[in-house]
Amino acid sequence: MSELAFAENSTATNETVETIKDKALDLQEVSILYSGNPAVKKVSCYFMRNKITSIIGPSGCGKSTLLRALNRMNDFIHGVTLEGKIMFASEDLYGPEVDPVEVRRRIGMVFQKPNPFPKSIYNNIAWAPGINGFEGSKDELVEHSLKQAALWDEVKDRLHDSALNLSGGQQQRLCIARALAMDPEILLMDEPCSALDPISTAHIEDLLFDLKSRYTIVIVTHNMHQASRISDYTAFMEMGHLIEFGETEQVFTKPLVKRTEEYVTGRFG
Amino acid sequence: MAEAANQSIKKSGRRFGESCIISWLTVCAAVSVITTAAIIGLLLKESLVFFENVSPADFFFGTSWVPILKPSSYGVLPLVWGTLQVTIGAAIVAIPLGLACAIYLSEYASPKMRAYIKPVLELLAGIPTIVYGYFALTFVTPILRSIFPDVQVFNSLSAAIVVGIMILPMIATLSDNALRAVPESLRQGAYALGATSYEVTTKVVVPAGLSGVMASFLLAISRAIGETMAVTIAAGQTPNLSLSMFESIQTMTAYIVQVSLGDTPAGGIAYQTLFAVGGLLFIITLLINIVSQLVLSKYREVYE
Repeated sequence: MSELAFAENSTATNETVETIKDKALDLQEVSILYSGNPAVKKVSCYFMRNKITSIIGPSGCGKSTLLRALNRMNDFIHGVTLEGKIMFASEDLYGPEVDPVEVRRRIGMVFQKPNPFPKSIYNNIAWAPGINGFEGSKDELVEHSLKQAALWDEVKDRLHDSALNLSGGQQQRLCIARALAMDPEILLMDEPCSALDPISTAHIEDLLFDLKSRYTIVIVTHNMHQASRISDYTAFMEMGHLIEFGETEQVFTKPLVKRTEEYVTGRFG
Repeated sequence: MAEAANQSIKKSGRRFGESCIISWLTVCAAVSVITTAAIIGLLLKESLVFFENVSPADFFFGTSWVPILKPSSYGVLPLVWGTLQVTIGAAIVAIPLGLACAIYLSEYASPKMRAYIKPVLELLAGIPTIVYGYFALTFVTPILRSIFPDVQVFNSLSAAIVVGIMILPMIATLSDNALRAVPESLRQGAYALGATSYEVTTKVVVPAGLSGVMASFLLAISRAIGETMAVTIAAGQTPNLSLSMFESIQTMTAYIVQVSLGDTPAGGIAYQTLFAVGGLLFIITLLINIVSQLVLSKYREVYE
């Protein structure tokens, strides 16, 4: 833990004083264990409202595990336990009375590989609001979600075709639209561009810029350039530890920890 | 190395041995094809002899089946109806239970629970069908008779119930495979949208695996149609067009058993009926198997 460095700690006196209210999620000494073996070790950090935070680090550093803990997707893996607290507003996501289904309704997720349902484009989006008691116009919801995901113009004439006929990049934007249709407060993205070509990647990065005015976004990425391009905050993890966390510009240009500098400049990892 | 370089690259005896083995394996594979062709040929030939004596219209649409006594009548509908009664009844028993069992195994059961249930299902599938027949006659029928006094000793209801139990493992196992073939990423995607396990199962997993599940139903139904010993013992030997499942009936297979027992002289019309009924049975199950293959091949294209 001595390695952990917060840029904010050193600049706490200037104007970037963040109140608890601005933190969409606040992690307090979070450890995640697979059958007793820690994959994430005492991580404390926070994700600011309406900002994009990247989590970077070498493969196996625990960044995806940490991300999946944020909407309780690790519940489906046998033997995973979590210690510490993840505060969502004033509630601990892992509190005894928390309904994980409700958590996932409010904290959406987009996965590494596009995973549209084998249903029509329309039903991919309308399905989840439908089972959750959405009462407005589904047509409007579908159109609005697809527009937000910058996919509307490409699919508006074939909404009832199978989603599986879309290209990989389109499928991924459909998955984003599907998550947005639930109107989540936070959007988690697990390497959303790793299976896509550069043009589709650029599409999605543009999209994230537009979305952050409405959503809090946490993105795990392998791509350092992507992290520096799109995110406001960056967390660097290694071997389950959070090594450095701060504003992206500071982490990439004036890292406080040598390991971070070596990693972001590509000298290792 | 030098030695190897001196060896000839011409074919040696070892290669000849290998081609012998390949030929032998080809012959083995051909046996099943030849057998099928021979069965079709035999059924066709003998059925043609039958249809020289009995018009196809009388056979397919006649409502009375009296093949051995005089005056004889060769309307196959009572036998088809008996088979249908047992098959539909069995499907009503086995499809909901089998699907529920498959959903439990694939979506809810812990690996430990699966390890217990799978072998039990396989055991159920391995019980000789004649045992099911006696189970129906000596266990199921008395229970039915205590509930419904009208139930005859031989009745299609108890036959349908035990045939349903018999095909349940087939539906459970094949549907379980179909559901487990649905990619995990679809479940994760649905859970991440705030769906409950029940919603994920019924609205994403089962629809995605539906063609495999449907194919399992069809294969099980085809098995129920061809089922012989249990229905012969439990349902009796009375060709019957009645709607009631409390009465004795005769299925197509049970009729074949009756004729094959030996009282029927070879070469007569009664003997020929064996092939006509057998041929009809063969065509019905063949059609169902073809349909289920078509359903299955559609299923392979679903996800990507």
